[in-house]
Amino acid sequence: MDDASIKKTGAANKKPIFAEDERINPVTGFFIEITLLTKFAFRFIRESFRAPHEFREFIRQCYLVGYRSFPLIAITGFIMGLVLTIQSRPTLARFGAESWLPAMVAVSIIREIGPVISALIFAGKVGSSIGAELASMKVTEQIDAMEVSGTNPFKYLVVTRIGAATLMLPVLAIVADAISLYGAYVGVNIKGDVNFTLFIIKSFESLEFSDVLPAVIKTFFFGFAIALLACYKGYNADKGTEGVAHSANSSVVLGSLAIFLLDMIAVQITDLLF
Amino acid sequence: MENVIAEIQHIKKSFGEHHVLKDMNFSLEKGENLVILGKSGSGKSVLIKCMVGLMQPDDGKIVILGENISQLDNNELNKLRKKIGFLFQSAALYDAMTVRENLEFPLRNLRSKSEEEIEELVLEALRNVGLEDAIDKMPSELSGGMRKRIGLARAIILKPEIILYDEPTTGLDPITSKEISHLILDIQKKYNTSGIIITHDVECARLTANRIIMLKDGRMAVEGTFNELAASNDEWVNSFFK
Repeated sequence: MDDASIKKTGAANKKPIFAEDERINPVTGFFIEITLLTKFAFRFIRESFRAPHEFREFIRQCYLVGYRSFPLIAITGFIMGLVLTIQSRPTLARFGAESWLPAMVAVSIIREIGPVISALIFAGKVGSSIGAELASMKVTEQIDAMEVSGTNPFKYLVVTRIGAATLMLPVLAIVADAISLYGAYVGVNIKGDVNFTLFIIKSFESLEFSDVLPAVIKTFFFGFAIALLACYKGYNADKGTEGVAHSANSSVVLGSLAIFLLDMIAVQITDLLF
Repeated sequence: MENVIAEIQHIKKSFGEHHVLKDMNFSLEKGENLVILGKSGSGKSVLIKCMVGLMQPDDGKIVILGENISQLDNNELNKLRKKIGFLFQSAALYDAMTVRENLEFPLRNLRSKSEEEIEELVLEALRNVGLEDAIDKMPSELSGGMRKRIGLARAIILKPEIILYDEPTTGLDPITSKEISHLILDIQKKYNTSGIIITHDVECARLTANRIIMLKDGRMAVEGTFNELAASNDEWVNSFFK
């Protein structure tokens, strides 16, 4: 090979870290996966700031992951608020603290249940959809087709999806919180008679800035993690239809797991700071 | 040599212990259709994927339109790719987009065409493949032959200088195969493009080839025109043509 063919930095110059037929033990495999995922996340950050930006596709993805997820999140949010109220009432009534019901439900919903349940629903709907779509594009050579047409598929497919999910989940979680509170109001009125204004006053009386802000901030991380994992799994899929199924499945499983891990970290940090 | 627009020199590519390409050498001249014939799994598709940077050869040099592709950075590689059309074996149409959006995709990426120009180029590409009526259809509504035609329309929409065809007639009936082969010839004449056609379909090779290269054990085994190879006394060459 002469000097002229010494490689520079092109996309073509990527070689696999391991030979394809090399057997890797599960522990090594886990750390390789973590390393590759980290590289994938850094590539996302790098490509996000590099022009040209795919605004049109980003807006389309915001519509798909945000607006299209709204009905499911809204229904779940309503049921969540309603059920939580109905389930909590007997216990509070036993201690004569029924008047605390709106406050208790509001704190539960805003601080924890709203963000986490919305994120889990989001992981099921959006995570699986991104994982399956990208994997299917990968195994049917659509990603290769994008690349040979001179488009950066990472920027077009991955950056837009992760960006949209990161931005849309907090919006959906806030909407879910509001609808959950309405569900709780309906729940309170099944066996009682509280007007809406009083219910809202009672609910917000117990809420502080330190309840709302961390809860909203963590949903950005939930959205980022769900889409990052789904894109990573889909973008690197192989083995035909089996690969598509695996990507969709692991996007949901890993996305859900990431939500709980991030939530645990968020709670610890909130506890330290507020 | 001034007519040579692509040169492949000593290309080697292995997957683990499986050596797919051992020492490939050939060149492509301006305006010619070069057919690469070989058995399935002989590394034909790997070869053209190396030519557009979708795969990296383990060794060797690929020069296309005067550019050594292993020396290009991502931006330079993307610029070069716009001068190369690629028809995938499965056509690789974007499932989530209509035919119109599929064809618009490479044009919008240029960011220099007006809406009118894009519309005009899309219609011209569809006219070339005889599928103007399919403009608003989704890929799932198209037959295998139609998908290949739309894939071809997308490959030529940027008016490339070289078109790489990966098994253009695989999975099609003999009549549709012949139509696709004639379409390849029409495009060659109309746009004066050079083409590399990867196939194991001898009829497609007969119709489209100015020159044929046959691959065996990761190397170029024989080279010649269709008539020369069809008249060969070599038993292995004959097994393809009879």
